[in-house]
Amino acid sequence: MPHIEFDMSILDPALLQELDEFIEVQEFPQESIIAILHKAQELFLWLPRELQLHIARKTDLPAARIHGIVSFYSFFLEEPNGKYTVSVCMGTACFVKGAQPILDEFRKQLGMGPKDKITKDGVFSLNDVRCIGACGLAPVVRVNEKIYGHFKVEQVKEVIQHYRELEEQAQ
Amino acid sequence: MIVLNTYEDLRKAYEELSPLLNKRREGHAGIPTPHKRELLVCGGTGCHSSESLELMQALQAAVDEQSIDAKVVQVGCFGFCAQGPIVQVMPDNVFYVQVKMTDIPDIIETHLKGGEPIERLLFVDPASGEVQHDHASMAFYEKQERISLRNCGLIDPESFEECLAAGGYLALAQALETTTPDQVVQVIKDSGLRGRGGGGFPTGLKWDLCRRSPGTEKYVICNADEGDPGAFMDRSILEGDPHSIVEAMIIAGYAIGANDGLIYIRAEYPLAVNRLRIAIREAEEAQLLGDNILGSGFNFHLRIVLGAGAFVCGEETALIRSCEGHRGEPTRKPPFPAQSGFRGKPTNVNNVETLVNIPIILTKGADWYSSIGTESSKGTKVFALAGTINNIGLVEVPMGTTLREIIYDIGGGIPNNKAFKAVQTGGPSGGVITEADLDTPIDYESLKKIGSMMGSGGMIVMDEDNDMVDIARFYLEFTTAESCGKCTPCRVGTTRIHEMLETLLAQEGDEMLLTKLHNLCLTVEDTALCALGQTAPNPVLSTMKYFPEEYLRYARREVKKSYWIDPEVCIGCTKCKRVCPVECITGSVKKAHVIDENACIACGACAAACPVQAIHKPK
Amino acid sequence: MDLKNLIRVTINDIPVLVPEGSTILDAAKRAEVYIPTLCHLKLDDFAIENKPSSCRVCMVEVEGRPRLCTACSETATDGMVVSTNSQRALRARRTNVELLLSNHPQLCLTCAKNMDCELQKLAHDIGCREITYSGKRSHHPDDETSYSVISHPDKCIMCRRCETMCNEVQTVGVLSALDRGFSTVVRTAFHLDMTETSCTKCGQCVAVCPTGALTETNCTHRVWRALQDPSKHVVVQVAPAVRVALGEMFGMAAGTISTGKICTALRKLGFDGIFDTDWAADLTIMEEASEIVHRLSTPGSTLPILTSCCPAWVYFVESQFPDMLDIPSTCKSPQIMFGTMAKTYYAEQKGLDPKDIVVVSIMPCLAKKSEARRPELMNDGMKDVDIVVTTREFGHMLIEIGLDLNQMTDSNFDSIMGESTGASIIFGTTGGVIEAALRTASEWITGEPLKSVELTSLRGFDGIREGTVTIGDRDLHVGIAHGLGNARRLLEGIRDGEFHYDAIEIMACPGGCIGGGGQPYHHGDMEILLKRQQAIYREDRGKMIRKSHENPMIKKIYDEYLGEPYGPKAHELLHTTYTPKPRI
Repeated sequence: MPHIEFDMSILDPALLQELDEFIEVQEFPQESIIAILHKAQELFLWLPRELQLHIARKTDLPAARIHGIVSFYSFFLEEPNGKYTVSVCMGTACFVKGAQPILDEFRKQLGMGPKDKITKDGVFSLNDVRCIGACGLAPVVRVNEKIYGHFKVEQVKEVIQHYRELEEQAQ
Repeated sequence: MIVLNTYEDLRKAYEELSPLLNKRREGHAGIPTPHKRELLVCGGTGCHSSESLELMQALQAAVDEQSIDAKVVQVGCFGFCAQGPIVQVMPDNVFYVQVKMTDIPDIIETHLKGGEPIERLLFVDPASGEVQHDHASMAFYEKQERISLRNCGLIDPESFEECLAAGGYLALAQALETTTPDQVVQVIKDSGLRGRGGGGFPTGLKWDLCRRSPGTEKYVICNADEGDPGAFMDRSILEGDPHSIVEAMIIAGYAIGANDGLIYIRAEYPLAVNRLRIAIREAEEAQLLGDNILGSGFNFHLRIVLGAGAFVCGEETALIRSCEGHRGEPTRKPPFPAQSGFRGKPTNVNNVETLVNIPIILTKGADWYSSIGTESSKGTKVFALAGTINNIGLVEVPMGTTLREIIYDIGGGIPNNKAFKAVQTGGPSGGVITEADLDTPIDYESLKKIGSMMGSGGMIVMDEDNDMVDIARFYLEFTTAESCGKCTPCRVGTTRIHEMLETLLAQEGDEMLLTKLHNLCLTVEDTALCALGQTAPNPVLSTMKYFPEEYLRYARREVKKSYWIDPEVCIGCTKCKRVCPVECITGSVKKAHVIDENACIACGACAAACPVQAIHKPK
Repeated sequence: MDLKNLIRVTINDIPVLVPEGSTILDAAKRAEVYIPTLCHLKLDDFAIENKPSSCRVCMVEVEGRPRLCTACSETATDGMVVSTNSQRALRARRTNVELLLSNHPQLCLTCAKNMDCELQKLAHDIGCREITYSGKRSHHPDDETSYSVISHPDKCIMCRRCETMCNEVQTVGVLSALDRGFSTVVRTAFHLDMTETSCTKCGQCVAVCPTGALTETNCTHRVWRALQDPSKHVVVQVAPAVRVALGEMFGMAAGTISTGKICTALRKLGFDGIFDTDWAADLTIMEEASEIVHRLSTPGSTLPILTSCCPAWVYFVESQFPDMLDIPSTCKSPQIMFGTMAKTYYAEQKGLDPKDIVVVSIMPCLAKKSEARRPELMNDGMKDVDIVVTTREFGHMLIEIGLDLNQMTDSNFDSIMGESTGASIIFGTTGGVIEAALRTASEWITGEPLKSVELTSLRGFDGIREGTVTIGDRDLHVGIAHGLGNARRLLEGIRDGEFHYDAIEIMACPGGCIGGGGQPYHHGDMEILLKRQQAIYREDRGKMIRKSHENPMIKKIYDEYLGEPYGPKAHELLHTTYTPKPRI
């Protein structure tokens, strides 16, 4: 007996309406499912399972089939990316120069649990990456495209602060 | 808005608009264009990311502000991507490279007002040290023959007028007006054109098979899902000359008997998608797409289907599955798409570079086209030249050009006086070619014979420092990540190959492992379901063939893992010591330094920091 | 055979003639050459085929072809010369099997499919003595939440048969391949537990799984515990399709009827009452035929009426057609009716506290396990049926204690819930329930005996069939579907007004209960299913009484306990309700 409750109210109704209108004008919605998923991701930035389920019901396709497609194509995001993606290099060089404490500090300062990949406000994503080939600058932290070399634990606070300010300005 | 209802409308438009490009046609002395000069700025993705868009806007603003009689035009990719952003001044025929925002005042004052070219912005030939004004005389362009890229860097891809001025849709008009579909197929057959995306199947034959398939509902699909790491010619064509693809699709539809076309394009190419959208809309408004095209009675509709990030969708059966709204898993052949493809109907799939040749073949004739190239492979091929080579970029050469010409003449050779080691063609499906085969005239057969393949035309040059086992691992990492997971040899087999390479690289393998690896590669090649899996072991097989000693050294665990310092060369500057992340370098000032080989993690930071190149990579 | 359409194929130097369109595998069968296969599954009469050409085990060498071909899917051509055992083909086959094994837990000893696994057999057949390759292995969590189906995805070899069954055949769409490359796994949407999806528990995924990746929940230990508990009175019921299939597990030919031997075996196991679900099926017919008569004779009643004995079908209609819940008959299924009667009437007769009675069912079905847990079917928190084991589990119980079915003498079910008619036995095959119901309904409406008991117009194996049965001056239009995909087409046709029927029978499994998810594995052999069906009809013909309403023990129970068929007491005990369920 299904007992998982899918809380469809997390989906913004205005965006949903736009998505539904897009689906309705498709001549063959099932065939155009990838285009629909593109549209959904454009609107919602990622594809939470509630959204996938919504699309499944709208297009009369099984949810498993939708999830099969979403998980097949790397363009579709099953988890949101933050506006700023902080990547801590975990290559050997960086690791031996103390990358782990840096990662831990980011996690702490951003208020993220050990398995969280994104902050609750969706501003930051945090991940560890394989060697990004800047060993001479170890340890290295990358925020979106910007690279910070010789990174120190004490810098974590100011880096976060910098992007928080950028975010405030943007708003 | 231009509307072209008849062949006459189109020809008239061509005659009226053609002078638009006069400034850019070298040696043309015809009717003057409205502006004295034109500044062509590259608007490809490569140059866009080095801020060519901002540059173009600033140039335009400066020109406007100073009321200079010049027009700034955004054109498609020039191909010389490593030197971007590129600005070409016409009709002066001056080719500026690596232009920055700060160069704008100088361009305005010195060149546009003063009439003097700016020497420091010109390209300096790395081999001869000569400064070069005119791109035609540059070694990079001299040996090229731009047929597929004919309009890239010439026209504004977002201007329908310029497309028509360049002769756009004249081939379509000619086909509809004067030839039957069978005749079109025959011309393509006679031209000897072969598929540019992979195996090189004769395009005319492919069309013919689809044309002869029973049924009235047929489809043509343009495969614009270019996914080879390092190959971007399709993107450049779509960005620089989208109308040629639209035109080719309509011609293909006419020849095959299809009234619907799809362009399956990577979502990772937003600029190309956007320009294609514009081109399709313009063609629709001009009634070149839709019903009764140019009054011929032929109907054709074209739409874009976005891919979503799966390399395997470059395989045509997977691409069709994806178009139908499924996971992009390949299906077995037969049935071939020509028999049963999109929606189970006969379908013809051609890639972008193949299609872009269609209009020009019809205009110039099969004889002209088949006069270019080798016995078995006609025309030209675009290669994306990359790796350790001086002139990185997109080059188009006639089939039959040797690799030596491409690498040394066009590519300008290997930088930093390093020795050439190998060139990988065909991306993750291809193999390496060594010095011994550099004089092989390139065509589909010759590349296959030496253990590589044409593929989509990626060409990665490697020098003496590149570790071939590691290169093989790199490609296998890519294919395992892109395997669809359907068939056993690809899903599990390529993973095991990748793991074996990792074991070897970690110096935890033995010679038995080499035999096992080789056997597994042969079986995966022999039994995988689709081309991705069948060709996945190629990088391993070919590096094993040409560099067996590198594999043996790993198998015997003889590879030195650490960097080492040549005491004869070291000047004791201590720079290496300071950058070493694991602090494994010892030595005092002005004395030769030493690396602790047990502690070294081979990150290479020291070698990069060394001012006298005393530090060497592990070998 | 039409000689014109024959082509000549040579398999390992053996020339054979095969019809055009045959695969290399078909031709090899004709030449009596064995080619191992794994992902391929073909049930001709049901138009079911899984042919992804993905396992790459059946690779053969074809003269003139640069690459090896898959025998299961490559169409043979005239003059084709095939070698199935060249060194190259053998190496390819062995390597691909070893690759599969290198990503397999190899827990054969404790696997539910031990000795009944197609991968294990293949490894044995190709003489696999070591696995050349090793490396990382897939790790996906097991799902043991369902009362019916257990999933151990690490044992999956990606043949995708389950996906084909769930999507193309059953159109339930609960399973799909997720992710890609080495991480690809066949699972539910969002990796939900099976119970959280609209899985109908039909068990067809289990029926076709070549390995132990999908199996049924094992309830045998609960049966043993009940049998060993002296305070419990343990009764057992045996479904009709069990008796025509169980023998296969003991080396008997497919289609062997082993009813009498089953009764003896059950006695040896120590059950206190050995009964027949067929008896309850007769009871079901009494109620269902009454409902048909009632709906036909009451103006404004909902028609068509749908049979409701198949629990997977009930789950299907609840989640896929929640707007059509007024058309299934409200009758409980025979299994549940049996349980209800055991815990009421039988308890009274025997002077037992219903709480001390344990009702065990032996079913060809996995959905029956979940049906027994439906909250609607509980009385004061007490289940009507306590433990459900499949035909396979029952067979394994016998093997466990060393009972060879072949050695059993014949005996009979106990009275009074053991007597049954031919009408109830045909419940086990597609078309049987509605035929049984109409045998009774017809006589009730016309008041005259049927000229021919066998309503052959309703029989066959076509996925969707229709027949007309004349009852008096009325032609009754009957629709029959087996396989949920066919059920879907039928229901959509009804909803769209394309089809008009008075009565419909639907069975979730292809073939009906004889092809149930709990039956001995057929491993893709269609012949086995055909023989089980023939056995069902043979058993019907062998019965003295072939109409449910003529069953004296059924008459007796209405007289003594239930009152009128379709009356108030019958309603209270023998009817149920349906609830719409979300579709995931």
